[in-house]
Amino acid sequence: MTADSPATIRLDGVSRWYGNVVAVNDVTMEIKAGVTGLLGPNGAGKSTLIHLMSGFLSPSSGTVTLGGEPTWHNEQIYRQIGLVPEREAMYDGVTGWDFVLYNAQLQRLKDPKEAAKTAIATVEMGDAAGREISTYSKGMKQRIKMATALVHNPGVLLLDEPFNGMDPRQRMQLMDLLHELGRQGRVVLFSSHILEEVEQIAGSIEVMVAGRHAASGDFREIRRLMTERPHQYTIRSSDDRALAAALIADGSTSGVELLSDMLNVQATDYARFAHQLPAFAKAHGVRLFEVAPADESLEKVFSYLVAR
Amino acid sequence: MNATIARLTWRSLLGRRRAILLMVLPAILLVLAVVFRLAQGSDAEPAAFLLSSFGVAFLVPLLGLIAGTGSIGPEIDDGSIVYVLAKPLSRYSIVLTKLVVAAIVLAGFSALPILIAGFIMAGGDSNVAVGFAAGSLVAGFAYSALFLLLAVITRNAVVVGLLYALVWESAVGSFVPGAQSLSIQKWGMAITEKIIGTRAEDLQATSPVALTTAVILLVVVTVGATAYAGYRLRSIRLTSDE
Repeated sequence: MTADSPATIRLDGVSRWYGNVVAVNDVTMEIKAGVTGLLGPNGAGKSTLIHLMSGFLSPSSGTVTLGGEPTWHNEQIYRQIGLVPEREAMYDGVTGWDFVLYNAQLQRLKDPKEAAKTAIATVEMGDAAGREISTYSKGMKQRIKMATALVHNPGVLLLDEPFNGMDPRQRMQLMDLLHELGRQGRVVLFSSHILEEVEQIAGSIEVMVAGRHAASGDFREIRRLMTERPHQYTIRSSDDRALAAALIADGSTSGVELLSDMLNVQATDYARFAHQLPAFAKAHGVRLFEVAPADESLEKVFSYLVAR
Repeated sequence: MNATIARLTWRSLLGRRRAILLMVLPAILLVLAVVFRLAQGSDAEPAAFLLSSFGVAFLVPLLGLIAGTGSIGPEIDDGSIVYVLAKPLSRYSIVLTKLVVAAIVLAGFSALPILIAGFIMAGGDSNVAVGFAAGSLVAGFAYSALFLLLAVITRNAVVVGLLYALVWESAVGSFVPGAQSLSIQKWGMAITEKIIGTRAEDLQATSPVALTTAVILLVVVTVGATAYAGYRLRSIRLTSDE
């Protein structure tokens, strides 16, 4: 399966609001060939962006185009787009095979049966294709949805949380597939709120936080920004006071707070802190019971990126 | 018209629970028709009474509501319509296909049982069976188009449809003469009246709306509702979990 020549998706100053609620705020981005991860916590506006890109939502301001053509009110874009929606609902009482075949027929393909067969084989659902979709696990449903998106061999794939509900083996299989689709030169955009998913397969990344486009570009660069931000840790040890004195004397921390049964530490040089902490503990005869990041929630990481 | 959309709509409309719902009222009508026949013999008057009060005023709008909203509403509610909309298909052809399927289902579950019930009770007398069946058939088309439109534009289509069919047409329409002119039921009855002919008045199978006006209004509502549903489907907003 090779892609038709893919077109670039371009969002230019796009905002979308519902009454007084701003879902997406002045976003400009370009999604090119390869795998791009759309990362952000729940409610960040990822699904809204995918709806805008797939022509299911009009921008309140700005423009969304695919290959220079507007996506809104333009049914012809669906020849180029394969969409995996986040919602699980499909048609009741229909087998996986029928469902993929119907999608092929709706695309008015010359040989819908052959296209359905290929798409189902691509997602490795051949054995279960004869079963009704209602009997599928969530992971199987995700794969059949993926087959419907692939059935017309589109150049652009928009996948809304495609890993939801998948077990580790299914996850690996889909990751391999997305890698392969990106390698074939297709535009593959998938949304996720899980950092590790994006890290494993996305060549580039777009980060959304609270409707704003927080960061964009190569994953390694964003990872570096995330890594280099001030990190907060809580530490429990056999002698918190001695450890606090040693840490504050070192340049890797900017603040140490001594509480009744633990330390709060703000590390400015994450790499040095991680290296020095065990060495200090050993040098001062202190036993470390617990070292835990205090600010590792995605929201905090993303908020830091927004502040940059 | 699109054969795949028709197949999907057909499956969804005649899914287990909805099919039972669609069968209950026609079955009651047929049972009542047999009872009437056994009690009174072949007679056009009780036939016209039953077909008018139960068939045209109750069965047709109610099944029209089930078929019209059911042809697209559940797909919009659960989001599965995205698989149809994410295709290079005209939204007007999607709506038209669904309307035709809904109207065929409605013809099978309302106009046909009305025809059979009419023949059971009155035989060929005064064209009662054919008259009521024809009126139901055309009214069914208009109901399907109107309720399909409601399903596209509002998530409360069933409630709004019930208010129209039962409150506006049945209750308000019985007392307010002006309201009768804006009633699909009365437009359908104009066709019934024409087919029954001279005995229509005796059988109380008349309509306050003139035939020409009724036909024009039926066409305007059916075509207008279908076109507007297609237009609104182009801009339909699919909700997501986010």
